[in-house]
Parts: sequence; C-alpha cells; structure tokens
Amino acid sequence: MTDLHSIAFMLNGKSVTADVDARLHLADFLRHTLHLTGTHIGCEHGVCGACNVLVDGRSTRSCLMLAVQVDGAHVETIEGLTASGQIADLQAAFTARNALQCGYCTPGVLATAAELLTGNKPTRDEIRDALSGNYCRCTGYHAIVDAIETVAGKRHGGAP
Amino acid sequence: MKAPAFAYRRPDELAEALSLLADDGAQVLAGGQSLIASLNMRLSAPALLVDINRIGALRGIEDRADGIRIGALVRHVDVLHSPVIARQVPLLAMALPHVAHMAVRNRGTTCGSLALADPSAEMPALAVTLNAKIVLEKQGARRTVAARDFFQGLYQTDRQDDEMITEVIFPRAADDEVFGFAELARRHGDFATVGIAVRARRSGDTLENLDVVIFGSEATPLLSPATSALRIAADATAPMLADMAEAITATMEPMENHQGRADTKRKQAAVLLRRTFRDMQSRAFAGKGNGHD
Repeated sequence: MTDLHSIAFMLNGKSVTADVDARLHLADFLRHTLHLTGTHIGCEHGVCGACNVLVDGRSTRSCLMLAVQVDGAHVETIEGLTASGQIADLQAAFTARNALQCGYCTPGVLATAAELLTGNKPTRDEIRDALSGNYCRCTGYHAIVDAIETVAGKRHGGAP
Repeated sequence: MKAPAFAYRRPDELAEALSLLADDGAQVLAGGQSLIASLNMRLSAPALLVDINRIGALRGIEDRADGIRIGALVRHVDVLHSPVIARQVPLLAMALPHVAHMAVRNRGTTCGSLALADPSAEMPALAVTLNAKIVLEKQGARRTVAARDFFQGLYQTDRQDDEMITEVIFPRAADDEVFGFAELARRHGDFATVGIAVRARRSGDTLENLDVVIFGSEATPLLSPATSALRIAADATAPMLADMAEAITATMEPMENHQGRADTKRKQAAVLLRRTFRDMQSRAFAGKGNGHD
C-alpha cells in the first residue's frame, strides 16, 4: 500500500516539489530520492544524530521526521550549509583542529553546531551539552568541542 | 529498518482530527520523536497517522485562571525557553535540560510524552508530582483526568484509542513551595535509569508536605506513600536526610533489566534523593547558617 502526497518545500534555498509515500522518512527522501548523500544514517531511531539537518533553522533528526511533514518548511542539509558559506568558518576550524576522523558523524555534528552558534556565545559546557545528542564513534569529542569553541569565540569577536 | 505502510492525513482543524481518530488503527502524530522511531523499528503499525502539526488551537503556553496550560503542539524547546514556565512551573524548568537532546527537544512535545508514558520519561513523573490535569478529547466529548490517576502501567494510560491529549494544565507554584529534580543516565539526555522529582512546602524552619516521585526504575511514576510524616528541618544533618531517602526507596518496585538489579536502582534513587534533599534544604534556608556536617 502506498499513500502518495504532494509536497512543496525549500531545500537549500531552492524550491522542490515531489510526491512522497507517507512512510518515507526525510533522511531516505534526501538520500535516495534527491541523491543528497551528505546526510548520513546511523541508528535510524533518533539516538546517534548522524542524520541531523536544519528544518526551519532548528536541528532535527531527519530519520524521525516524515518527508511529507516538510511540506512548506525550509530544510538545510550539509550540501546547502556548505554551498552558502554560512558554516565555512566552522568547517575550516574542524579541518584545522582535526575535528573529524572517519567523518561519518560530521554532517550531523555541523548541523547541531550551526544551530548552537546562532544563539549567544556558548560555554564549553553548553557545547558539550549540545553535542550530547551526536555520537562520534571515533570518539574525537575534544577536538570537536575545541573547534566549535574557537568559532564561537571568533563570531562573538573575542578570544575563545 | 523501514516503517510499514500507513495512511497519512494532516487536518487543519481539531474537529477533523478527532473525527479521523474515531477510526480503528488511527494514531496521533505530534512531535514523532518516539513514534517514528518505533515505526522505523516496526514496533508499531498504525493504519492511519493523524498529523496534528497544523492545528493552531493546539499551540501555546498560557497563564490561565486554572493554571498553566500547555497545548498538544508545545515542544520541549518551547517549555525550556518559556518565561511563564520558569516563573510559574519551576519544576518543569529544572527538569527540561535533562530531556533528550537539542534536536529531539526541537520536535518532541510535552503532551506526546504524557500519552506515550515511557517509564524513563520526565514529563509523566513531573505531571504526577504536581498532579497536573490532563485534558482528553474525542469526537463530541471532553474529559479531564488527574495525572495521578492517568498512568496505569508500562506504556499504559487511561487514554482511549479515539482520544487525544489536547492540553495539560500544571498548577501554578506557590511562593512557599520548593522543588527538586535529579536523574541518572548513561549519557546526558539519554533515557533515565532512575530519576526523582520532589515538591515540598516551606513552613518556618521546615520543609514539609513532601511529594516524592521516583521514575525510570518503575513501570509508572511512583508517588511515594511514605512521605506524609517526613520533614526536612533547616538543621537536619546529612545522616538524617540519608535515613529519609532510605525510608522512601524501601517502597520502590524497580524493574530489573540491563540497566541494573532492583537493589542497585534502590540505592541509586536513595543517593539522588539525599543529594536533592540537601540541595532543597540549602536553597530554602540559604543564609540561615544551618550547621550540618
């Protein structure tokens, strides 16, 4: 049984229309239908954070949202966040601090960090708290926290 | 794994949603943070998901005469940042940082958590502690159930299949009330192995009328029956508080599972309780120079 629904939404700044089956979750829609494979799937039940994307500016587990639910929303994936340059400083800091090893968790971590850095300058503890929802199985957490802290300091015009 | 097939509807009006829920196999989709996970794992197989995310009447935190109303579409992130909640329901504000992770708080809802009744979830325990009023609606009928009568067993509540929790009403905190909250989890934001929530009234140099709820370890939030004679005096010593904690945890019936044996969880709850009692004591009687320890 399929239950197709027409959706229209903004994806990485461009309008997209599609017909999606109700049971299809957003992560599979992004990866399999739209071929945007930067969004990764780890656990597929909301624990690991590898599939985090931004929906209307807020970090969201794309495995825990149905594709049909993004109708009318603004969705940003790692491809769009990269192309727009809005997290270029974060990506440079990750490279400089070696804050990724295998890189599988990185798109989700960057989505979390992108949302975190839109608010007030986070403390190191607040960065760790925000990252508690993202697993890095290479366990390189210190470097990830360092990189985000560096960018938080620079964006708020001071030393980290 | 992938979700089984289901039909999907997204009504704009509550009446339409309630009408759709009258059909067998229909289920509400609010934040989806537990429901979609259980669909992906094929632990649930609804015939129809009724997505309530476009129903404006279900939004909003309101400071009303009968208490603080949280509508069915209010998400954990909204509660976390609400000045009304911080001022009027401080226990909720204390507990919210422990609820899951940022991305999950961005979508998960207070009422959805109550409806699911996961034993390790914070919202059912807080609702029982404060005895919030849970409002259930179905086509042509509306009823209110006290939270202390709502939770019946593991993932079992008084809600019928054709009913939706449309709002929950928390009582406004009184000036003399003092609250405490703590939980133990493997990773911050993960499901709690054991957690506690406490409400007390300050009277002179004593905290009394204690309501203590233990959750995570129990099938449903356990409102301790052993607290009516208990007091936390301003000068109560650490051993006295530890004795109180032991007396309360003696009434627990912990579930034994991969997170630990029953006696382990009883011990963990006792540690959380005595720390929280001490914390509440120092907040309630700050500057009084209580010479304990």
